[in-house]
Amino acid sequence: MLEIRQLHKSYPIGDSSLHVLKGIDLSVEEGEMVAIMGSSGSGKSTLLNIIGMLDEADEGEYILDGLAIKNLTEKKAAVYRNKFLGFIFQSFNLINYKNALENVALPLYYQGMKRKERQELAMFHLEKVGLANWAQHLPKELSGGQNQRVAIARALAANPKLLLADEPTGALDTQTSHEIMAFIQQLNDEGKTILMVTHEEDIANMCKRIVRLRDGVIIEDTKVTQVRAEQYV
Amino acid sequence: MFKFLIDRDTWQEVFDSFSKNKLRSILTMVGVWWGILLLIGLLGSARGLENAFNRLFGDFATNSIFVMGNTTSMPFKGFQEGKRVQLTLTDIKKVEENVEGIEFVVPRNITQSLVVRNFLSGRFSIMGDYPILDKVKKKKLIHGRFINQNDISDRKKVAVISDDIYKQLFQKEEDAIGTYIQINSINYKVIGVYQTGTMNFGPSEDVHIPFSTFQQVYNKGEKIGFLMITGKPEYDIQQIEEDSKLLLKNLNNIHPKDSQAFRSFNLGKEFAKLTGFLTGMQFLTWFVGIATLIAGVFAIGNILLITVKERTKEIGIRRALGATPFEIKRQIVVEAVFLTLVAGLFGIITGGWILIILDHFFGQGAEATLVNASVSIAVVFIALIILVVLGTLIGLIPAFKATSIKPIEALREE
Ligand SMILES: Nc1ncnc2c1ncn2[C@@H]1O[C@H](COP(=O)(O)OP(=O)(O)O)[C@@H](O)[C@H]1O
Ligand SMILES: [Mg+2]
Repeated sequence: MLEIRQLHKSYPIGDSSLHVLKGIDLSVEEGEMVAIMGSSGSGKSTLLNIIGMLDEADEGEYILDGLAIKNLTEKKAAVYRNKFLGFIFQSFNLINYKNALENVALPLYYQGMKRKERQELAMFHLEKVGLANWAQHLPKELSGGQNQRVAIARALAANPKLLLADEPTGALDTQTSHEIMAFIQQLNDEGKTILMVTHEEDIANMCKRIVRLRDGVIIEDTKVTQVRAEQYV
Repeated sequence: MFKFLIDRDTWQEVFDSFSKNKLRSILTMVGVWWGILLLIGLLGSARGLENAFNRLFGDFATNSIFVMGNTTSMPFKGFQEGKRVQLTLTDIKKVEENVEGIEFVVPRNITQSLVVRNFLSGRFSIMGDYPILDKVKKKKLIHGRFINQNDISDRKKVAVISDDIYKQLFQKEEDAIGTYIQINSINYKVIGVYQTGTMNFGPSEDVHIPFSTFQQVYNKGEKIGFLMITGKPEYDIQQIEEDSKLLLKNLNNIHPKDSQAFRSFNLGKEFAKLTGFLTGMQFLTWFVGIATLIAGVFAIGNILLITVKERTKEIGIRRALGATPFEIKRQIVVEAVFLTLVAGLFGIITGGWILIILDHFFGQGAEATLVNASVSIAVVFIALIILVVLGTLIGLIPAFKATSIKPIEALREE
């Protein structure tokens, strides 16, 4: 599914620069559910953003589904993000003046799907996350957990192959976190490849593989037995 | 692109973004609206003023002079100063033949007389005129006709009167044509009634009789009261005035430097001053109007700039979901165009109202300050298009900025 070799990334800070990723090698197969762990500032988000084509690496190779991601035009990158990738953010990143249904339908709009079709599909995904009755509500009228479920529905709407989640439970309480994780696990069961950044051990253990970052390199990469989230719900 | 414009979603997006940014949208629209409103108000008033002036001068050939004999102030060729200057028909012919650029020279005579009709009477100015007067000083006839060549040849006892006299000597609605009035106990048949102009230069004029009749009745011989000269449009009317006066001085043994020998009034010169004033005012109007428009455009641009800065995160989200930079810019352009267009059209409508109101208060009656205060539709639409285009271009600058950074940087913006 994806292949990363000797990936480097630095941020310029004043005259000097901060070397955040110092040669990452990572390969993820289809259907995997990977947790990227590490202390705060270790470069987890940076790595995920590069994988999600929201950011660019300075050096190294990145091959996504057979395509080398390098110097893509922004138009091409947009198409890839739309068809291939689904994002779930810690802060949900919903558009605050659009209701739940419209938010979920937005990626489909950029796919050029017809309005009616789009709304039906968006509704289908909202039902899937259990929010059919909240379709007409604005983000500010929904709880954190509900908003994250809207965000998940949105990420799923375009039926992406790879789901990228940056601390999806970071803003939620334990109970809600587990509900969200149960969803994500279910998606993985259905075959979605999932890459998730977290710094919580119990959340990481709900994935099937844990990659640990420290000082910009991978220090550990192990398969784990998945802890099912349903049991806590 | 056309499909995009008729797409309901496009307008849903526009509408959503308005309802989210109400205050800002309204401020932008007020900027454009005010610009167009001011432009229309100013241009319309300037045009109205210009029309008012034109109406005021409309009856006169604007490149004309009138000259009247006075008394000399310098001795010359054995003549003492203080000599009365009496112009004659010979002078007229000479001026007509010798001064370059002359279109018409019109001799006139004037006297004051008692005019009687039935039991009504009054003292009025009686003018002896040629038909050609009409070319120099348009008579707006309400009834009948002006003096013609026949009247001159046959020395007919006919009179053309102003509506002022008509009001004094006739009953309301009474038909004056064909009736007789007595001037110095001589009967004249009324052949025309004309509307008194709003502006008059020179002596007041009430009753016009044929020049030849005047000559005979008042025993004038070759003498004339004063003359009016009009120049051809391509000639300098001031030069014509100087040349004519010099010639007349020569013919009448007057010192060439004698400045009091003639009384004269150069309408062309006065009119040029007013025209200059009007041109200046028009220039000022345009200057203010364009400055307003530019200010309006900057207002829009500024507001759009803030809008896009605040919307950077939203743009980041949209890009993460797969919006191409083109799609984002297109949306912003549609918003900007729609915003300025609606505001501009509203400005045009309210500007029209302003002109209607101005017309109501200042545009009524014969002596209105503003006549037909209006602006050409073309000018208004060009202004509107300029606003829309500039507003869009300025709006695009921040849109370009928001799409040229990496999506993650846009997303990080709070
Ligand atoms: N745009 C940026 N400019 C400068 N430094 C940055 C930027 N983004 C992240 N960093 C720095 O890079 C390091 C890694 O950041 P990040 O990948 O967000 O860490 P994590 O997600 O693991 O907490 C941090 O020290 C952070 O301060
Ligand atoms: Mg992070």
